[in-house]
Amino acid sequence: MPITDAPGKARALYDARRDRVPIAPFTDADPTLGMGDGYAVQEQLVDLLLADGDAIVGYKVGLTSKPMQRMIGVDSPDFAPILASTALVSGGSVSLSTLIQPKIEAEVIAVMGERLQGPGVGVTEAARAVAGVSAGVEIVDSRFEDWRIKLADTVADLASNGAFAVSSRVVPLSQVDTRLVGMTLTRNGELADTGAGAAALGDPLLVVAWLANVLGERGIALEPGHLVMTGALHAAVPMAAGDVFRAEFDRLGPVTLRVVA
Amino acid sequence: MAHDVEVSMLRAARTERVAIPQLSDTFPSLDLLTAYEIQAEQRAGFGPLVGWKLGVTSRAKQQQVGVDAPIYGFLAGDHVLDLGEPLVVAEHISPRCEPEIVFVIGRDLSGAHVTATEVLGATAGVAVGIEVLDSRYTDYRFTMPDVVADNASAGRYVVGTPVPPHGLDLRLVGVVLELGGEVVATASGAASLGHPAAAVAWLVRELAASGEGLRAGEVVLSGGLTAAVPVSAGDVVVATIDRLGSVELACR
Repeated sequence: MPITDAPGKARALYDARRDRVPIAPFTDADPTLGMGDGYAVQEQLVDLLLADGDAIVGYKVGLTSKPMQRMIGVDSPDFAPILASTALVSGGSVSLSTLIQPKIEAEVIAVMGERLQGPGVGVTEAARAVAGVSAGVEIVDSRFEDWRIKLADTVADLASNGAFAVSSRVVPLSQVDTRLVGMTLTRNGELADTGAGAAALGDPLLVVAWLANVLGERGIALEPGHLVMTGALHAAVPMAAGDVFRAEFDRLGPVTLRVVA
Repeated sequence: MAHDVEVSMLRAARTERVAIPQLSDTFPSLDLLTAYEIQAEQRAGFGPLVGWKLGVTSRAKQQQVGVDAPIYGFLAGDHVLDLGEPLVVAEHISPRCEPEIVFVIGRDLSGAHVTATEVLGATAGVAVGIEVLDSRYTDYRFTMPDVVADNASAGRYVVGTPVPPHGLDLRLVGVVLELGGEVVATASGAASLGHPAAAVAWLVRELAASGEGLRAGEVVLSGGLTAAVPVSAGDVVVATIDRLGSVELACR
């Protein structure tokens, strides 16, 4: 059954992003909304943002860990395009005034070297199409009140993507085992959490393959230069003005962000 | 011995595989110093000393239990599992597994001011290990003195093939724990006190207080890097650490 008023819901999210005022989750009014409904709203929202002159620079994949999937009650990840306007510079700052209720996560970011489109993409095809991997952080944010999200809500809301930063260093797969690459996240010099690549679906390259297959069903390909944010390696950490976050990856190096008001 | 009652309570729990209420319920005045005495009195009952283990090395765990330092226990012959040797679950009360970085000490090291750098200099090799915890207390409910008296919940341990520590950044190495072929937890080496060698240095400084130190050939389990996972018969646990390889433990 088609969702009631996907364009209206997309417009509500568009306004919430612009005004930075969160709205009630769509699933409050209609608990039956599911994944398909969420993607229908997401498509309309992306169209609105692209019409403003934004551009798709890649995709984020979320719900890649078993604990997150259990929390939302699903058994597969979700995805959303990432937009050029949300890119931050490593070593620079992120302003809380541009976000609503942000949290930070460290992720392995795959950089596509070749076009890749499903179906039938396995880990081998994904590895061949990836130019390399980089250290990254994602700032997740929700346009819904108090992060009270169900699957349809977060999918509609660009999978709760807020902003991202990626290291300029792209390390070829011959020099790093994406499963085993270790990560530390520090906040003001204190260890906040640690993780390894396998936290994302068992291997970040499997995330790329999953994404290529799901996009393929929609007739979309991953293009050379696209970034794939392969999913958090630890529980998201809340941010406050004055914080300095540093995500350091073995073999990939660091990404640093200062949080300002 | 000064603490025969406590020692025999813990021994009975271990040999009969029946958990007991925490000692501090019976002995409310139990403090850390007394707890380490109780621990030391048990050493002789486990065969020759082969090394040490650290516990409560993650800041998260320390905050959770309201302390700002780790704890240590001893490892002796009876704690060893050889490579390929299964864990017999029925020999334990409530075993849980966690991945660790294991230091193999190359030369004697002692002193009240030892740092991580000196630890790395005295280390012959580092290896991936699996520690099997087994609390003698009901449901792992204990105070810090309780768990120290219970030898930091030491159960068994298995160590993979050591590699030289030179050129490794043990802070950043990735750690993956699998149970039944599924990834159940990940971490990096920093999960133990920010750097596993710093955890070992803490141990050396603590041992200096009782006139002890590390001996060449001893092993040190430098602290659990993920939450410990409960295991039962039929489980297979694999710990993998980047650059150190992996070690597998079958539970029977």
